[in-house]
Order: sequence, then C-alpha cells, then structure tokens
Amino acid sequence: MKNIYKSICLLMLPFISITLTAQQTPAPAQSQAISITGATAHIGNGTIIENATLVFENGKITAIGSGGVTKGKVINAQGKHVYPGLITINNTLGLGEIDAVRASMDVNEIGTITPNVRSLIAYNAESKLVESMRPNGVLLGQIVPRGGRITGTSSVVQFDAWNWEDAAVKVDDAIHMNWPDSFRRGRWWMGESRAYQPNKDYDEDIQAARDFLIAAKAYHKSTPKENNLAFESVRGLFEGSKKFYVSASSEKEIIDAVTFAKEMGIQNTVLVGGYHAYKITEFLKQNNIAVVVSRTQSTPSFEDDDYDLPYKSPKLLHDAGLLVSIDPGGRMERMNTRNLPFYAGQVVGQGMSHEEALQLITLNAAKILGIDADYGSLEVGKSATLFISEGDALDVRGNKLTQAFIDGREISLESHHTTLYNRYSEKLETDK
Amino acid sequence: MKKKFLLFPLFFLFLHASAQDYFPKNDGVSHTNQNFTAFTNATLFVTPTQKIEGGTLLIQNGVVIEAGKNVKIPANTSTINLDGKHIYPSFVDPYSDFGIEKPKRSRGGRSAQYEASRSGYYWNDHIRTEINAFEKFKFDDKKAKELIDAGFGAVSTHHQDGVARGTGMVVTLNNKGNNNERILQQKATQHFSFTRSLEMEQAYPSSVMGSMALLRQMYYDAQWYEGGNATTKDLALEALIANKNLPAIFESKDKLNNLRADKVGDIFNIQYTIVGSGYEYENINEVKATNATYIIPLNFPDAYDVSNPYQASYVSLSDMRKWNQAPQNPKTLAENSIPFAFTTHDIKSPKELKAKIQKAMEYGLSFEKALEALTTVPAQILKNNRIGNLNKNAFANFIITSGPLFEKGTTLYENWVQGQRHEINDMSQKDIRGEYSLTVAGTTYELSISGEPGKPKAEIKQDTLKHKSTLSYNKNWMDLTLTKDDETYRMTGIVNNDSDNLNGRLILPNGNESTFRANKTAPMAEGDENEEEKDKEEKSTPTILPLTYPNMAYGNTSLPQPQDILFKNATVWTGEEAGILEATDVLIKNGKISKIGKNLAAGGARVVDATGKHLTAGIIDEHSHLALSSVNEGGHNSSAEVKMEDVVDPDDIGVYRALAGGVTSAQLLHGSANPIGGRSALVKFKWGETADNMIYQNAPKFIKFALGENVKQSNWGSNSRFPQTRMGVEQVYMDYFQRAKEYEAKKNSGTAFRYDEEMETLVEILNGDRFISCHSYVQSEINMLMKVAEKFNFNVNTFTHILEGYKVAEIMEKHGVVGASTFSDWWGYKFEVNDAIPYNAAIMYNAGLNVSINSDDGEMIRRLNQEAAKAVKYGDVPEYEAWKMVTINPAKMLHIDDRVGSIKEGKDADVVLWNNNPLSMYAKPEKTLIEGAVYFDMEDDILKRNAIKKERNDLIKMMLDEKNGGGKTQSPSKMPQRDFHCETDHLAEGFHSHH
Repeated sequence: MKNIYKSICLLMLPFISITLTAQQTPAPAQSQAISITGATAHIGNGTIIENATLVFENGKITAIGSGGVTKGKVINAQGKHVYPGLITINNTLGLGEIDAVRASMDVNEIGTITPNVRSLIAYNAESKLVESMRPNGVLLGQIVPRGGRITGTSSVVQFDAWNWEDAAVKVDDAIHMNWPDSFRRGRWWMGESRAYQPNKDYDEDIQAARDFLIAAKAYHKSTPKENNLAFESVRGLFEGSKKFYVSASSEKEIIDAVTFAKEMGIQNTVLVGGYHAYKITEFLKQNNIAVVVSRTQSTPSFEDDDYDLPYKSPKLLHDAGLLVSIDPGGRMERMNTRNLPFYAGQVVGQGMSHEEALQLITLNAAKILGIDADYGSLEVGKSATLFISEGDALDVRGNKLTQAFIDGREISLESHHTTLYNRYSEKLETDK
Repeated sequence: MKKKFLLFPLFFLFLHASAQDYFPKNDGVSHTNQNFTAFTNATLFVTPTQKIEGGTLLIQNGVVIEAGKNVKIPANTSTINLDGKHIYPSFVDPYSDFGIEKPKRSRGGRSAQYEASRSGYYWNDHIRTEINAFEKFKFDDKKAKELIDAGFGAVSTHHQDGVARGTGMVVTLNNKGNNNERILQQKATQHFSFTRSLEMEQAYPSSVMGSMALLRQMYYDAQWYEGGNATTKDLALEALIANKNLPAIFESKDKLNNLRADKVGDIFNIQYTIVGSGYEYENINEVKATNATYIIPLNFPDAYDVSNPYQASYVSLSDMRKWNQAPQNPKTLAENSIPFAFTTHDIKSPKELKAKIQKAMEYGLSFEKALEALTTVPAQILKNNRIGNLNKNAFANFIITSGPLFEKGTTLYENWVQGQRHEINDMSQKDIRGEYSLTVAGTTYELSISGEPGKPKAEIKQDTLKHKSTLSYNKNWMDLTLTKDDETYRMTGIVNNDSDNLNGRLILPNGNESTFRANKTAPMAEGDENEEEKDKEEKSTPTILPLTYPNMAYGNTSLPQPQDILFKNATVWTGEEAGILEATDVLIKNGKISKIGKNLAAGGARVVDATGKHLTAGIIDEHSHLALSSVNEGGHNSSAEVKMEDVVDPDDIGVYRALAGGVTSAQLLHGSANPIGGRSALVKFKWGETADNMIYQNAPKFIKFALGENVKQSNWGSNSRFPQTRMGVEQVYMDYFQRAKEYEAKKNSGTAFRYDEEMETLVEILNGDRFISCHSYVQSEINMLMKVAEKFNFNVNTFTHILEGYKVAEIMEKHGVVGASTFSDWWGYKFEVNDAIPYNAAIMYNAGLNVSINSDDGEMIRRLNQEAAKAVKYGDVPEYEAWKMVTINPAKMLHIDDRVGSIKEGKDADVVLWNNNPLSMYAKPEKTLIEGAVYFDMEDDILKRNAIKKERNDLIKMMLDEKNGGGKTQSPSKMPQRDFHCETDHLAEGFHSHH
C-alpha cells in the first residue's frame, strides 16, 4: 500500500509542477537530511570523487566521500554527476526583464559617478529570467548596476527567493567601475570618422574618478556634519570590506586601471572583461588581480585576432597562474546566462581540463566574490548549493538536471518555458 | 560591361578668332587685340605622347594657332624665349565641385519622412536630375588660384548631392576672364551615386541595394515616360531624358560600388565613367571587366603613427597594408590597360598633387600615363577635345616649367589659361643655386643654395656647424636670414644678371645696418645631386607587400583549388538514411563526393587519416547577415525590388570565422525593417573569392518577409510609416499581392505597362517561382501569413526565427510549410519573444516539420553545432536528427539539398572534419572544404597567425621609418567591425564601406 502510494506520488509529480504556473514557488528550508549516492562528484576545486556519497543537513554539507554512510532521504544518482551550484559574476539578472520594454529595465541609472546606487533593492526575485537559470545549474549571482563611470554597489544573491531580502547572500559586496575607453568611435553624425580613434577625454575621465575618490578619502577622515551618500558608499573600498570591480579591455586601460586602484589605496581589485589581459599576465599576477574575463562565446574584437581568442582567453589566464572566472556581459547577457556552463565548456575544447573549466564558474567565482567559505565547492561545512545532472553539465548534451538545491532546499526546476513546453506538447498529443 | 566606343565629336566648330564682340561698351573705345604670342625653344608636349624639342607654341586670342618645330611667326607677335624650359598642356580635373556650394545636411524632424517633398518631380527626392551645375555656379577666385598653382586649366564641376545629381559643367580657371569666356560646356556630364542626398530627407533609399534599385527603377520609368505613357508631368524624368546622351559619371569611391555601378549601367546599355576608391588594385580583374574609364583619387593613406605600441595594436593589418599598397593603384590600372584620369577631389589641397604623383611614379607609374591622367583622359571623359592638349585650335591652356614635370627639382613657373598668363614662380629671375662664400659682419660662412630654381633653399655652415637660415627669392629679390647664438642677421638684395655674386643690405641683430656679400665659389654641389639621386634610388624601389585573397588578415596567398582527398577511417555523419557510418572512407574528387565505403583506394588523392574523427556535411545557416555591405532597406514598407546579391561583400572576417566553425553555405537575408523585405543571396563561404563567385549559380529564388515588432517599428524612434499594428501588416500583404495580380494581368494584356521591379518580384511569389522566408515570432501573425498565402494560392516556404512555431506547428504542417528555422534558445530581448522557449525546435520536430537552427548572428554562426545540440538538451531530439537541423534540413528548405547538406555520392564536396562528435561542446573543425577546396585548415590557421604577426611587425617598422624620415602620419584608428542583425538600421548606422 505504501509503495503504491509512493508511485502515485511520483506519477503525479510532473502534473503538480505543471499547475504551478509561471513563477515557481521558492522551496522551504531543508527539513531532513539528504544523501546523494553513486554520483560522480565534481568538487569545484579541480578534483573529482567517483561513486560519491554526499550528505547534507540543515542546508550544510556534512559528509562527502567515495562510498560512505547515508543519512535521511537517499537520492540514487548512479551514473549521474553532482556539481556545486554555478555562480555568475557581474550580472544584471533581476534588474531587467525585456530589453525592448523600457519600463521593465532597471539596469542603467543616470549620472557618471553613482557608487551609492544599490542593485539589491531593485533585484526582482520573481523574474522569469532568473527562474530560467536554475534548470541549467546557475544558482547564484552578483547583481550589478551598469550605467555611468562608477556605476554603483552590487550584491550577491541566490536564485530561489520570495524577495530580495531572502535572496541576499552578500549585501553590498562591491563597487563597480567602467574604465574609460582609450579608443572611442568618432561622432559620425557630426561629420567625424566612424572609426575608433584615441579618446581625447581619456585622461580627463580618469581624473574625474580620481578626484572623486580623493575627496571621498578626505571626507572619511573627518566626522562630517552632512552625510554624503556617494562618499559614504565607497568607504569599504579603503577598509577592505568592499571589492572594486573595474571593467577594462585593452592593455593600456588595464594597466592604468590597476595602477589607479593601487594608487588610490583600494584593497581588493578585480578586473572585468580584460580582453587583452592575456598579454600582461605577469603584471596582473604581481598585483594579485583576479580576472572575470569576457564570455567565451563572443567574437574577437580585432580583425587580426585568432578566431578562437575569446574561447581560450580563460585558459591563457589560468595557465599563467591567475584566479579567473567568466563575465557573462554583452548582448542578451541576462537570458544567455543560462549558458554559463557552456561558456566554461567552450574552454575545454581549447585544452583546459574539464575540472579546471568547472572551477572557473564555481570555486574561483566564489573566491572572487569572497563567499568561498560557504559556496563554490562540495566540501564539508559549506552550503548544500548543488545540482545533479544526468551527464556532463558543461556539455550541452549532458546538461540535464534532475535535482537542484540551494542551501539544502530542493528548488523547482520548472519555468515559464517548461510550462509552455508541457502545455503545447500535450496539445500536440491531443491533436494527433 | 558594354563597351561604347567614344568618338570625339567636335563640339566647337566655330573658330575663336572670327568671333564677333556683341557687348555694348561704355567705358572707353573698343580695344581689339589680334596680336600673337609665341613661345619658342621649348621642350613642347603637344600631348603626353607628342614631344617636340626646341618647339614653338603660337597662340592668339586664347587659342592655340600652331604648335610645332617650324612654326611661322607672324609680324604682330610677342615672342617669349623658353630656352631649356618645358611646356605641357594645363591639367584637367574631371571631377570637382568647384564654384558650387557644398550641400548642407538638412535637419530632420522626429519622424522619418516617407513621401517625396517636391511637387512636379520624381517620386523620390534623391533623384535630382533637374539640377544643373551652371545654375548654381559662382566662380571661386581662391580655389581657382589653388588649382592654377597646381597646374590645372579647366575643371568639370557639379552639385555633389543625391543619387542622381543632374548635370555638370566644364569651366576654365581663367581668373582674369568672366564666365562668358570661362564656361566651355554648360551641360557636359550627368552625375550619379549610391549616396543619399544630404539636403533631402526622404527615407528611401537607406541602403546601397536600395540606391541600386532606385536607379534601375528611375531608368525603367524614364523609358516608360519617354514612350508617352505617363498622364502626369515629371520634370526630373524629363531632365534625365533630355540629358541622356551626356557622359554619365558615377561616384562610387568604394571598391565594390565600382562593380555595382557598372552592373546597373549594363542593364540600360549605359557605360558609366566611375569615380573609383583608390583601391582598385585589390580586385583589378573585376575592375577591368567593367570596361569603364575610371576617375581615380590620389588620397594615398598616410602612415599610421605607430610609435605607441598600445595604440598601434588597434590598426588592422588590412589598413596598414593600404598605406603600403595604395600608391601602386595607378600603376596597376595602367598595367591592365584600364583608362583612368586623376582627380584632386579627395586630397586636402591641390598643392599635394605633385607629391602624390611622385609617389605613384615611385611605385612604377610611367610619366606618360601620369600626364595622360591629368590631360587627355579627363578631356576624353568630358568629350572636349580643346582642353588637355595643345593641338591647333585647342584652348591656350598650358604650363611652363623649369624642367621635366613631376621631378623633384622642377619649378612650375607659369600657367596660361585661355591665353591669360598666371604667374606661379618668376621665370625671368636668375638661377642662383650654387655654393657661396658668405661674409656677414666680418665672419665668413659657407652658403649653399639648392632646391628648385624658382624655390631655392639655403643652408649656412661654419666649418661643420650648421646655422638656422631662411631664404626667399622673388622678382629677383632675395631675402636671407641667419640665426646664430639666438641672434638673427637679416639680409636682402637684388640679384644682378651681370654678376654671379650676391650682395646687399645687412641688418645686424642690434638693429644697425651694414652690407653682406656672398661670392659664388662653385655651381650647385654635386653632393646634393648625388644625395638626391640616392634618395631617388631608395624610393624607386619601395617594398610593396603582396596581396592576399581577400587582402586582409587570414587572406589566402592564392585562391584555394579543389583537391582530390581520401578521408580514411572516419565516423561519417551522412545526413541520409544511411545514418552514422563508423570506420568509413570518403573520397573527394573534382569537387564532388565521389565515393563512400570501406577500404577505398586513394588513386591519386591525398590521404587524410581520419581515425577517431568525424566527417560531416558542411553546416548551412538558413539565416545570416554576414558578408553584406548593408542589411535593411527600410525606407518603404515593401522593398521587394532590392537584391542582397547586389551587396555581397566577400571581405568580411566573419566568413573566415564561420568556416572555422564548420559553416559552408548560408542564406544572406535582408533585414526585418519591413513586411516585404529584399531578395536573398545564397552563398558558399568561399573565403577569398569574389562576391559573384560566392553566390550559388542558378540559386533558388528567395525573399525575406517579416512580421511583428520590427515591421511595425515598435522599437524605433520613428512611427509614421504604415503599418503600426499587426492588423496593418496583413493589409500590406493583401494590398501588394492584389496589386501584383493586377500588374501581371496588365503586363499580359499586351498594352503598354510600366516595368516595376517590385511588382515583378511579387508576381514571382504568386507563381511559385520565388520562396518566402518569413521572420516571425508570435502565433497570430504566423497563422495570418499562411492564410494570406492561401488566399493567393501559394505556400509560405520558410518561417524563420518562428519562436512561437510550437504553438501552431500542426497548422504549419497542414499549410505545407517547407521549413521552420529557429533560434535554439534566444528570448527576452523583445516583448514578442516573451513566450519563446528552447523547446520550440523539439515540439516542431515532433509535429513532423522540417526544422533547422539558424544564427542571425556573426558569433553564433561560429558554433551552430552546439546550437543544434540544444535540441537534444531541450526536448530530447535524437542526436542524429539534431545534427540534420544544421545540415540537410536547412538545405531542404533552401531547395539546395540536391547539391549540399549531406554526405552522399555525387553531391558537392562541402564537408567538415571534426576532432570530436560534432554535437559535443568540445568539438572543433580541423578542415572545412567547399567543393573539394580547403577553405579552413587548423594547421594553416596557425601559419596564418604567425604570418600576420610578422607582417604587422614589418609594417610597423616601415611606418616608424616613414615617421622618422619626416613623412606624414595619421592617428591610429580601427574601423568598427560589422555586427549586422535583422534589426541593423542603416539610416542610423551607415553602411560598411571599403573606405
């Protein structure tokens, strides 16, 4: 009787999820211990455990090893793979829904120096884009304001939440800056050439940022009567509580940006984009700069470049000993973030080992974000934020999730897309 | 390409000498002057090929009376002895806007203007055939002087604005005369271009292919109008008809537009003279095939300032090569017997002419061809035999020089225009070049004067120490300064014909006056000349880097040729019933797949060991915008008249990158700016070949349609064009197809009809001769188009993008849609893709539709194999069926499956060798073949990378040398890369041009 009941439940399961309409309900807290057995565990730190047993309780991993004792509910993952939840850095998920509908966009604030603008409070935990990340294993992300020069303050969130408060993993973790372009496209509508030429305002634009930070530092030394929101917001840069993410692409821009940050006394700098970073790995290493390198699935910026330069960029940087992750930024960046595992997989084709490629979007990302004590790898004591895939999650064909957990909560893998898939597959069956 | 033989009609039958003055005179008595002027003992060039030593030129009333060796000089003649000097015909610039105000860009309103703004003229404002240069002409003294100083005597000028620009006029630069004398031909030429008018704002045309279509329709309409078929007046067409026998000059200024202009002309038996780009050497065979005469700019690019390595990295190899290679353009044209004239139109100042010609000559252009390009060829273009030569009865337009023209030490003394003398440098003054001993305030210096006799330069030395000095020499007076220890000595004196020594007033630094003396010690030092000789020798052999196909990074040193290749022991994804064949051989022969089997004999074929590798058919992209100069003609809601075949641009690095991703064929589609778009180009990515060779021969005919947000301009700044709703979109189709039916009925009725290219195209659709590929998103509109088609008894061939296809899959099946070509997983960028799901391909596949995955994107096309794999991930399509979605399925919907799309004996050898299962994330093409020729090879790619690095380095070194040698440089720059999509708006973004 019990067995029959169980199988009915299993049969019902897909139908239950179908009725759950567009926005999936966030999962409740983990109520019992769960053990995953028989899986190939990809730890996220470059290693693998075959035939692994992974146990987690109250949202934390309590045991992992080959074989080993199970506890609580057992998930047989024989022949399957377990991965830490994938992490995206420098994302705008939850800030924009449909590019062409202005009313749905909260990505770019106006103003040039707006470090006090905070992404977290605009993060839409119910975004249809966000829920579409989970079926591919992308479970955490840093959400970043984009407009202007010093663009604002980011926060790190997890992707199964009722609202931004319970989504928050790390609040106000970093300040972000778009480094000026050393080459700029001519204002052709004013009769200038359409070509990119040296940007005459380059030094001036840097100076404006420098002036701001110098003024902020002076402000921090006093006990001002009047609160300055912008100055207050960058305090953490100098105290080490906030990281400084600077987006720069060319060799000169990168060197200028890193030198600038150092001169300003900024404690932790992360390079974003870094198209030409592979040319100056020694410099970046000396300055202990982590690189969130442009997404691999992009075209080379220069006609003369190797066709596969974006594919192999993370490998070139990793091989040089740098801490590397992948930047999803670019056209259609939010919706395409679900391809994050494939951005990493692309590097495997260039000769990077599978586990190192995985590391780019798990432990490396967690380290860069400063959340590696809790996330980024399948290790005892860390959060049970992980997923089970039928095959190789970095390969399109193998990336088929059967279960995913955030902080031990088993989250829904349904989405607006699966809802429509089910509805219209059923219609097709009926019509036939 | 039709060659029209240019006869030389005599426009000027009257003899100038017999002209009667008819202007009343109130400022004195009449002042007739029938005197002659003779120029004797000159080296006289009557034409560039007719040189007379010790010749005489006799002129009267601004006209050449005789030029020759033994000219009889009448009594009433002033004679000027030109012993040792040279006479050449003054130059003619066939292409200028001299004396005509530059067009100003009009400031448009917020919304685009779709209707014509003029009344009484053509339906399109950019057709400005009624404009006449002579009505806008105002003689420009300042510019005339610049041109005279450079050696010009006459120019052709016109209003440079619009697609059709009206007529041009020929004037002399005689600034001592008036327009009655100066205007030689008030209507000499007609002018055309592909560039929109700046002064007019009508939205159409907004693309190169739109301009081409507009010109074609203009000529068709003129034929119809000339036949008396119009019931209304059209002053623009009347002007075009009235001027149709004038030489037609086409401003192209782009290496591909040269060919496009000629193509338009061919249809109407018009041979344009083409204003070229300066880069004709890059596709010289095609240029020659146009049979056109060219007007060539001399704006050879300056070297890039590459002294900053970071900035240098922005300059592409192709741009660097242009600096090195462009000066060979005139020589290459001459070698290929392509007639050409020069224009100064694109150089900063006519002053630069001499330096540019010298540069071209260093690169191998002959003196004779250079002079012809400035005299006889432009005169022929303008059909004027009285300029550009000094034959009897030509205008007395000639220049006098100190020696051979274009040479470094030669001074241009005088430029006579219509018998009026214009002095540039004083030729009566003595040649003071030489070595002197200069005494200034008791100190003796060595003074050497060199340079041109008319423009000498000084160098003052004290032993080996060089002092700063300046020299000017004019009207026999020389002014010399010497600066020593920050103190300046100023000297001035008249040069006396009696003595070789120089002397005169000296002003000392303290203001006191004294005298100076310079005694000539020797003629101009041999050393100088030797140095010059050495200079010349160095420059006469510039290192010219070889061209590649295409002439840019990753170009081929020679065009890939078909090879016979035997792939041994591969895993072969046939794409046919045969499925995947393990350990199988495939023999490629004569560009075809010759045999598939086990243990095949190689014969003479090269054997490639494919053990552990996968061989597939080349990927086919149903939807691409690579290799195009422009994408959208959005100026009308229908642009069926435009052809993407017109604007294929083979020099797109995206082609090479797509090959590296295993893509061999693509449909290059018009964008989605309007419900009825343009006709497609089906191409193979034959990297290095010409546009025509990339296009499929006898290709099935396709046209782009589009639905939804783009065609109703939802996301544009402008919203004034019909339709603005999906309801309106249906009405556009109903209207156009109805009109097309009526058009066809009229055409078949035998009565006179106006040929309409747009209607012709729509008739092809109605008759099933042209297939639709329709950009589509939401289910309502997809259904609508099928119902419209059914009303007119045809089928929609392909729905492309078709993101809600999964909602109406059975309806599509029933309608008989041949193909559904979708994105694998794009969504969220527009409101209409809210319900786009990655399972779309799987559901449509399950419904029995022929499904393909397309890119519409220069990045995604590089890895369509991965995109196909997404059909496996999202919806469990079997791997083999997913693979077909990027090979045989798109081939079927493009009706080219009899030639490509699968590995089958007899099909084109368009194949890819992969190092892994092609659906794997980790697979890479090792070789990509088209018709048996290897267009991408991973090992060759490495060699190309190394070659690029080396050549860049060589060029950078050469440019540094140029800069250090005092050569001009320009700031480093990088052309924006093409990144075309359906929505690329060319009014905002401009076209991709080859400079």
